[in-house]
Amino acid sequence: MNAKVVTISSGKGGVGKTTTSANLAVALAQENQKVVCIDGDIGLRNLDVILGLENRIVYDLVDVVEGRCRIRQAMIRDKRLPELFLIPAAQTRDKSAVSPSDMIRLCEELKDEMDWIIIDSPAGIERGFRNALAPADLVLVVTNPEVSSVRDADRIIGLVEAEEKGPAQLILNRVNPALTKRGDMLSTDDVLELLAIKLIGVIPEDESVIVASNRGQPVSFANNSKAGQAFHNTAKRMLGEEVPFMDIEANNGFINKLAKMMKFRGD
Amino acid sequence: MKPDLGMIRLKQPDSIQIKGIREGLLITLGEGDWHDIFASLMEKITEKEKFFQGAKLAMDVGNRILHAADLGTLRDRLADKNIILWAILSNSPVTELTAQDLGLATRISVPKPERIIKSIESSIPGEDAIFLRKTIRSGFKVVSNGHIIIFGDVNPGGEIIAGGSVIVWGRCQGVVQAGVDGDQNATVCALDLNPTQLRIAGIIAISPKRKGKPQPEVAKIIAGQVVAETWNPKSR
Ligand SMILES: Nc1ncnc2c1ncn2[C@@H]1O[C@H](COP(=O)(O)OP(=O)(O)OP(=O)(O)O)[C@@H](O)[C@H]1O
Ligand SMILES: [Mg+2]
Repeated sequence: MNAKVVTISSGKGGVGKTTTSANLAVALAQENQKVVCIDGDIGLRNLDVILGLENRIVYDLVDVVEGRCRIRQAMIRDKRLPELFLIPAAQTRDKSAVSPSDMIRLCEELKDEMDWIIIDSPAGIERGFRNALAPADLVLVVTNPEVSSVRDADRIIGLVEAEEKGPAQLILNRVNPALTKRGDMLSTDDVLELLAIKLIGVIPEDESVIVASNRGQPVSFANNSKAGQAFHNTAKRMLGEEVPFMDIEANNGFINKLAKMMKFRGD
Repeated sequence: MKPDLGMIRLKQPDSIQIKGIREGLLITLGEGDWHDIFASLMEKITEKEKFFQGAKLAMDVGNRILHAADLGTLRDRLADKNIILWAILSNSPVTELTAQDLGLATRISVPKPERIIKSIESSIPGEDAIFLRKTIRSGFKVVSNGHIIIFGDVNPGGEIIAGGSVIVWGRCQGVVQAGVDGDQNATVCALDLNPTQLRIAGIIAISPKRKGKPQPEVAKIIAGQVVAETWNPKSR
């Protein structure tokens, strides 16, 4: 096995990096892939919370790096999906406790046993981002369809390029068809025109994401939400499958509505 | 008056032609007896002694056959007048050989063959520019004293700073400064010129929000103001 290291980043905070990391990890594990998530957001860990593994943490990333435990001991196995693991972040330390070369070494050690190593990076372009970027084979940039988030995504894409880790791929999260249709939100086309990178996922705004996160059970576990489906589609694309994008864009919504109206009249 | 006499008179001024060349002076001798023409040459030189002082002389003797004694005397007499004879040009192989024996050049550096002249004339020197084939993304900056050419987009938050002009073969939505050192002739061209801010030679352009389809535009200073005009192939 030779795992692919995928770093999830965004620049701007709160756009859905951790949500995406958790859900892609779950979706990939459900495709029978061996997946380990690394929480790169040292000091502000929350990937463990979203994955519902908080109460099982004994060792963390900094313990591994500083030699207080072996990697295996810091890897929490998810009981729901035996091929899914988490290496949590330390909550008490700052980001300088880990260096980019530590991250590269760690990933090298994990590569033999895994199919995917998913690194959730912190917001910003500082040390934590550099740590998460260093071992990456692929960078997925998460953005929301709004100007400031796209601007930061653009910056990250440029930095990824400059570090010769490009081209990054794009996940557009929290797409709200109603707002896009009213022109209150950028459309997928607007975003792609500016960022000009490959789109690998479009995730709708979906209440169930928040509910699921609070429960420690990411939406991807169940297949009954739009966001969950979108994450599964994204995971399949990561595995090389051709999956068409879901009908969550304004135009399609409009067409659906039109179709409904016609039906109504016909009745 | 006899016509042949007139001919001689007409010919006389032409029998000794003097012109300046890169290497000094070139004297071309016309037809006529060597001794006569030599005599009138020395006469002329004596007349304009100041002009010939220290001159470097090449002499075209035409078809004349001259021997070592003739050329030797010529050189010595010129040397007396402080004139250096360095070359003898002649169509006569004998004269050429004699001159070479005396250590004189038989060729003056004529301009090099045509081909090279042409290539010099047709290649225009141009100015320094840097070329980037990429998208300039938010937070990135391209700086140059010369001109800047971007084959790609300049995204919002990206910055281009040039001593000269700026050409963006793409959409230009970032901050662009041309002629930062005060060059008022600097221009900014883009296929879609929609910058966050545009300055030429320190003058800030207030660009109205574009309406309609993007068109190639050229921004330059006209009457102290930065003006963007749609590129028009007919009026450049
Ligand atoms: N598709 C979605 N629909 C609805 N809510 C979402 C969606 N994606 C994310 N959220 C919510 O947005 C909030 C921020 O998400 P998340 O923590 O994943 O962002 P982040 O980029 O990791 O933030 P940070 O930069 O702080 O690490 C959370 O409350 C999450 O539940
Ligand atoms: Mg996060």
